Amino acid sequence: MSIPITLDFSLRQGAFTLEIHERIEARVVALFGPSGAGKTSILESIAGLRTPQRGVIRIGTRTLFDSRAGVGVPVHDRCVGYVPQDLALFPHMNVRRNILYGAVVGGRRELDQVVGLLELDPLLDRAVTALSGGERQRVALARALMASPALLLLDEPLSALDLGLRERILPYLERIQDELAIPMLYASHAEVEVRALADWVVVLDGGRVVRSGR
Amino acid sequence: MNGILSIAAFTVAMAALATLLMLPPGIAVAWLLARRRFPGHVVLETVVSLPLVLPPVATGLILIRLLGRRGPLGAWLERLGIEVMFTWRAVVVAMAVMGLPLLVRAARAAFEQVDGRYEQIAATLGAGPARVFFTVSLPLARRGVLAGSMLGFSRALGEFGATIMLAGALPSTRTIAVAIYTYTETGQGAAATTMLAVSAAIAFGALLLSNRLATSAL
Repeated sequence: MSIPITLDFSLRQGAFTLEIHERIEARVVALFGPSGAGKTSILESIAGLRTPQRGVIRIGTRTLFDSRAGVGVPVHDRCVGYVPQDLALFPHMNVRRNILYGAVVGGRRELDQVVGLLELDPLLDRAVTALSGGERQRVALARALMASPALLLLDEPLSALDLGLRERILPYLERIQDELAIPMLYASHAEVEVRALADWVVVLDGGRVVRSGR
Repeated sequence: MNGILSIAAFTVAMAALATLLMLPPGIAVAWLLARRRFPGHVVLETVVSLPLVLPPVATGLILIRLLGRRGPLGAWLERLGIEVMFTWRAVVVAMAVMGLPLLVRAARAAFEQVDGRYEQIAATLGAGPARVFFTVSLPLARRGVLAGSMLGFSRALGEFGATIMLAGALPSTRTIAVAIYTYTETGQGAAATTMLAVSAAIAFGALLLSNRLATSAL
């Protein structure tokens, strides 16, 4: 499912300034660029973890941020699933409790579906500290999916994994697309991943959009 | 001996109640100091720490001014039919106020060590501020909060100055510390020594438990 996304804002953080003025309609959007290009800043502005100085952020028909209208939807009401680069799995909860943390009430079938999709069944009762990198990645994905997000934000989901694991996780991301049809915004500096998944690419460098299109 | 045991039991019970009483405000203040910047931050920090540096009898006098019949809090409580001064309630309040700074210090340090990242991610998963606090911040800070509670409890057990000001040395409000003082003053040396031994045993147990809690994998 594709969704119209308006990212039209500027964000200043110390010496770094991010300027983005894009209207995108796609299923999987890749934010592509070297580290320091502003990819994480864009994802965190959408999630509400950073506040732009001015501009508009709109997902579908919902305005999450509009400086002129004084709109700033609180983080917990934004309905975007964010998987940060460091994953931030809750260390005091096991896999099951991590996954269920954001679960919408009555989402039992959905748990089975997400657990099945990401093949997490054998891991459910494990401590998150006892997981491998690829397993942690899948748990973080499941946790974000269980909150039934309108949009999934993924920050370099494969960069911490070695080549073999990357090839194993990529199909999961494709499955999320095929079976759950949740639109994604995907930050990456690896061209291979972008080619494999994205149907729209925004190329960033030094906080500016260099190129954008299908 | 019976008297001594009942004084010991009374003291432990009052210290436990005082710990329960200081937990909600102590945790709230610790979290505020650790996670929020607001006007009056320094003032709040100072007021909470005051009982650590003021002579305990001075803290006791402040409490008398507040909780006495003509004090603002005391008058209000009296209208509700609750008497504090020279009752077991006075013992609990004195102990709680004296133990609070220790709880706040330990809990604040624990909240400061919680990686803010987890709280942010919990919010992105739809958790409002209260749910984030109870499911992420507090559980991740639990060791420090527990250690702080044990410190506050231990401080409460040995409280003397504020207690004697607020609750007196009546048989009905007599704690271990007050009893040691009274027995010594009235020449009951043997009773004072027995009380001392009981006091040392309880303190030893409390510290042992506190160290256990601090090192166990909670």
